[in-house]
Amino acid sequence: MSRFGGAGFFLSRELRLMSSLGDVLPQSMHFAEPLGLASGAVLRDYTLAYETYGTLNSARSNAVLVCHALNASHHVAGTYAGQDKSEGWWDNLIGPGKPLDTDRFFIIGVNNPGSCFGSTGPGSPNPDPAASGRAYGSDFPVVTVEDWVDAQARLVDALGITMLAAVIGGSLGGMQALDWSLRYPDRLRQCIAIATAPNLSAQNIAFNEVARRAIVTDPEFFGGHYAEQGAIPRRGLRVARMIGHITYLSDDAMEARFGRDLLQGTLGYSTQDVEFQIEAYLRHQGDKFSEYFDANTYLLITRALDYFDPARPHGGDLTATFAKARCKFQLVSFTTDWRFAPARSREIVKALVDNKLDLSYAEIAAPHGHDAFLLDDPRYHGVLRACFENLARELEGPSPRPSPASGRGGSHV
Amino acid sequence: MSDRKDIELIADLVPNGSRVLDLGCGDGELLALLRRERGCNGYGIEIADANVLACHQRGVNVIQLNLEEGLSLFEDQSFDVVLQLDTLQHLRNTERMLRETARVGRVGIVSFPNFAHWPNRLHVAAGRMPVTRVLPYQWYDTPNIRVGTFADFEVLAKKDGLTILDAFGIQAGKAVRTWPNLLAGVAVFKFQRG
Repeated sequence: MSRFGGAGFFLSRELRLMSSLGDVLPQSMHFAEPLGLASGAVLRDYTLAYETYGTLNSARSNAVLVCHALNASHHVAGTYAGQDKSEGWWDNLIGPGKPLDTDRFFIIGVNNPGSCFGSTGPGSPNPDPAASGRAYGSDFPVVTVEDWVDAQARLVDALGITMLAAVIGGSLGGMQALDWSLRYPDRLRQCIAIATAPNLSAQNIAFNEVARRAIVTDPEFFGGHYAEQGAIPRRGLRVARMIGHITYLSDDAMEARFGRDLLQGTLGYSTQDVEFQIEAYLRHQGDKFSEYFDANTYLLITRALDYFDPARPHGGDLTATFAKARCKFQLVSFTTDWRFAPARSREIVKALVDNKLDLSYAEIAAPHGHDAFLLDDPRYHGVLRACFENLARELEGPSPRPSPASGRGGSHV
Repeated sequence: MSDRKDIELIADLVPNGSRVLDLGCGDGELLALLRRERGCNGYGIEIADANVLACHQRGVNVIQLNLEEGLSLFEDQSFDVVLQLDTLQHLRNTERMLRETARVGRVGIVSFPNFAHWPNRLHVAAGRMPVTRVLPYQWYDTPNIRVGTFADFEVLAKKDGLTILDAFGIQAGKAVRTWPNLLAGVAVFKFQRG
């Protein structure tokens, strides 16, 4: 859900020495055909920003789609030329020789509609004539995980790919990966859903709501049309990010990193100055975030999180929900993740087992909380490496996997 | 239970094409064998990180879970065979786990070190806890928190209403069907509910 601001803090030395993808270039594709949304609204036309790494093989069978979480983008791996610290958000996972190996797979990162990193979103011009060329702002339609998956599928179509080798994502990205297995069950071999949940709990929705209220009640919000006023609701964004950050870290990780350490070494007897290190950290994260993230996008993406609930049309029955899934599944959770706790992943495991689907599930005892999915715990990356190596073997092997329908509950113990 | 021949003797108890749940599946060797040679499918359950990774590397379906938390993930009679090999003696909740095995599987297969094997009896008669190939630990560092015998299991199975379909010992890679309580280091039971 977040990129840990100081991710370098946790990255191992070995990983830094692994070869990187090098400089990459973002691309974009325009879609003239309208995209019908779950709400009934329509995106008349739209652009998706994306990046690809590695080479699509002649059978077009080695493509892996990477879905991003709350604040990330299509820039998944590699760097931008001439830009310091421009590594993609999952650069520790993706590259030559890395667990998701760019020498074997063709990897697609795509920015979802509603975002603020190049795809059509609240900052784009509103095509409605009544808007006379102004940006959508808060008039951008509410988008759902399902809408994103549909948009992603059109990009995959346009790239000439019928069957994805895998769809992978963590947190909100994991929800998209799960939704692929339901919405396009015959278009992926493997779904890899990490640190995710079949829906948000009330507590999770509550955190999102506090973040949204922080933004919406900022005087600079102007009903979501702050751009027209030349304003940015920075205070709201900062507070939203601070709340988010608290929930992405475990109590222990926060304690280990900050404890009760004071900035100045002595108490300042002030109620408003930054005194504790943790305060400085959260304010720094909030400041940074408010410089690059769009407030309307934050509202939209947290709403997409709240709404995701594929079992809803099935009366909450997750087993019935996954009856249509056909692919293999890899699930991972982290024991200290209290925002997307292992128990939530186990609900998905149960639904998949009930449907006799091929599945592996690793519950990693990592100390970092929800952010662990962006870090490089060797057990976690070991499991993903094995998963992709099996997939590569399957693709390269002499006998192709039987059709997804007949592969169900098939030969994979 | 890493001995190759022991594993094959157990695999022989599993019908071709069975849907299998292997509780405490280790590195997934038996599951891989059942898939390859008997066309079985299903899942392994394992708690240790290194074993979970090994299963992934073998391409065996594995679910990382603590068996002490029970088998609530699995519906009644949802597997043809539930295996519990060399695992029972590590669990605090042995009896509950046995009942869970019989609930989830149409057939259960368990194996465990037979404490009544004659060398163990000699150790105890000499006043010391046994340290053998099957029971290689000292009393103070053994993960085997339950020590039972072939004969003890028959009593427990009866108490819990399990019907024993087959039972034998394994010693030196061979099935032992004569006096297994005395002559075998490993006890094997195949059973079902009711």
